Amino acid sequence: MSRSIDVEAAVAQAFRSEWGRVVATLIRTTGDWDLAEECAQEAFARALERWPTDGIPERPGAWLTTTARNRAFDRLRRAATGANKIRELGMRSLRGDDDNDDDDGLDVDPAATSGVADDRLRLMFTCCHPALSIDARVALTLRTLAGLTTPEIARAFLVPEPTMAQRLVRAKHKIRNAGIPYRVPPAHMLPERTGAVLGVVYLLFNEGYAASDGDDLVRSTLCDEAIRLGRTLAALMPDEPEVLGLLALMVLHNARRDARVDELGDLVSLEEQDRTRWDRGAVEEGVAVLDAALRRSEPGPYQVQAAIAACHATAPDAQSTDWHEIAALYDTLARFTPSPVVELNRAVAIAMAEGPEVGLALVDALDASGRLRGYRLLPATRADLLRRMGRTAEAVDAYRAALAMAATDAERRYLSRRLGELASS
Amino acid sequence: MRYVLLICADESGIQAMSEEEGAAMMAKYAAFGQEMTERGVLQTGERLRPTIDATTVRVRDGEVLTSDGPFAETKEQIGGYYVVDCKDLDEAIEVAAKIPGASLGTIEVRPIWDM
Repeated sequence: MSRSIDVEAAVAQAFRSEWGRVVATLIRTTGDWDLAEECAQEAFARALERWPTDGIPERPGAWLTTTARNRAFDRLRRAATGANKIRELGMRSLRGDDDNDDDDGLDVDPAATSGVADDRLRLMFTCCHPALSIDARVALTLRTLAGLTTPEIARAFLVPEPTMAQRLVRAKHKIRNAGIPYRVPPAHMLPERTGAVLGVVYLLFNEGYAASDGDDLVRSTLCDEAIRLGRTLAALMPDEPEVLGLLALMVLHNARRDARVDELGDLVSLEEQDRTRWDRGAVEEGVAVLDAALRRSEPGPYQVQAAIAACHATAPDAQSTDWHEIAALYDTLARFTPSPVVELNRAVAIAMAEGPEVGLALVDALDASGRLRGYRLLPATRADLLRRMGRTAEAVDAYRAALAMAATDAERRYLSRRLGELASS
Repeated sequence: MRYVLLICADESGIQAMSEEEGAAMMAKYAAFGQEMTERGVLQTGERLRPTIDATTVRVRDGEVLTSDGPFAETKEQIGGYYVVDCKDLDEAIEVAAKIPGASLGTIEVRPIWDM
């Protein structure tokens, strides 16, 4: 009994770590996305059958890839139109660029660093090609690289299952019909395309992290998958500081995940969070990854955001946080990615460093500029600063305005609680 | 793979060009055409007269209906096209970005449906 549980756990573990690699290798060798997914699925089903009697193979990834490839080969051979494809398959295998699937390392792939691109990296760049809509990129990445099912992805993005299924089909058709290449882009395209890949991974993470409504399990799956993809990218592109920066950023945010909501599911502000509930190991990892990125002296927006997250994560409490440093980092971030939201965050940091009056003047100037009209965190920020300054009546008005714009129940409860506290003070 | 690169721009802007500006643009197109021909990418391409010279034809109930102007009123109009044979979409995008009109208007990259 315990043996079969061990096997199931081993298959589940192999699924998480190997699915993307198996699918990616099969897409390269067969050129057929659907066939690749189906045969990968069959290989994992076969593992559940065989491993209890044969034992767990020494290199599960290689076993799964070989099994899936044999399946694909069988199916192509049986298909009446398969003759040409088999010839093609044979040709590709003979070209000798086909030897990196027998490596069973988890994330660190020596083949990638020695110049032979990893199939997962090819797949990631193809899934995140800018010719695909952002929705399609996200869905394809989750399906082909992370192995989430169509119903799971549909649930995560709150769309009906047939809609998500159609989105995936259309995206795969476009890859084929428009000739989107299956490769890691050449050097001159790499910065732009890497940015597109990182954007998708970060979007996945935020989708899981920011929203507090919806299915919690699905949401934490998104965070975990985004971090897993981030780790894979960091292992495959260890010389790209922004790749490391994004991984550090996600790991540092995720370290605070459990402390962000209380037992009732209500949001807890950063200032009020129980910092003993932060995951110290994750903080240390995030800071170490960030340091490795910063040593390359090529700063970028993800590294700057990770540095801000690190300032928070390493401070013992809100008061002793280095708010001057954070304000300066937001200044830097605004140069990379100018946006009124970044300016609002900078104003908050300055309020913490130099007093709420200084921060409020900046926030009011932003408000007057009209560039943040309709942004729900603007009145919430004003309310918070007015409360700190003891301007209760104005704070109440601002909290009411914020409440009217709140996006989730958790936000509404948080703002209502603040309003209640002011009324009773 | 073969692609059609549709060159779309606000044609009033192009008509408003001075003679020198027009000549400079034609020179750029000539250089682009030569570069892409030498590279073996360019199959064919034409400049189109403005939509004011266009005629739209429809057949309804067996009757040929002819009207003046383009099939749809849009902010940008198709001013020309190239047919290119590229390795993949990335190469087609790279070629499209080199069309002089890309910095004035928009290039639509459409894969040709091989029958």
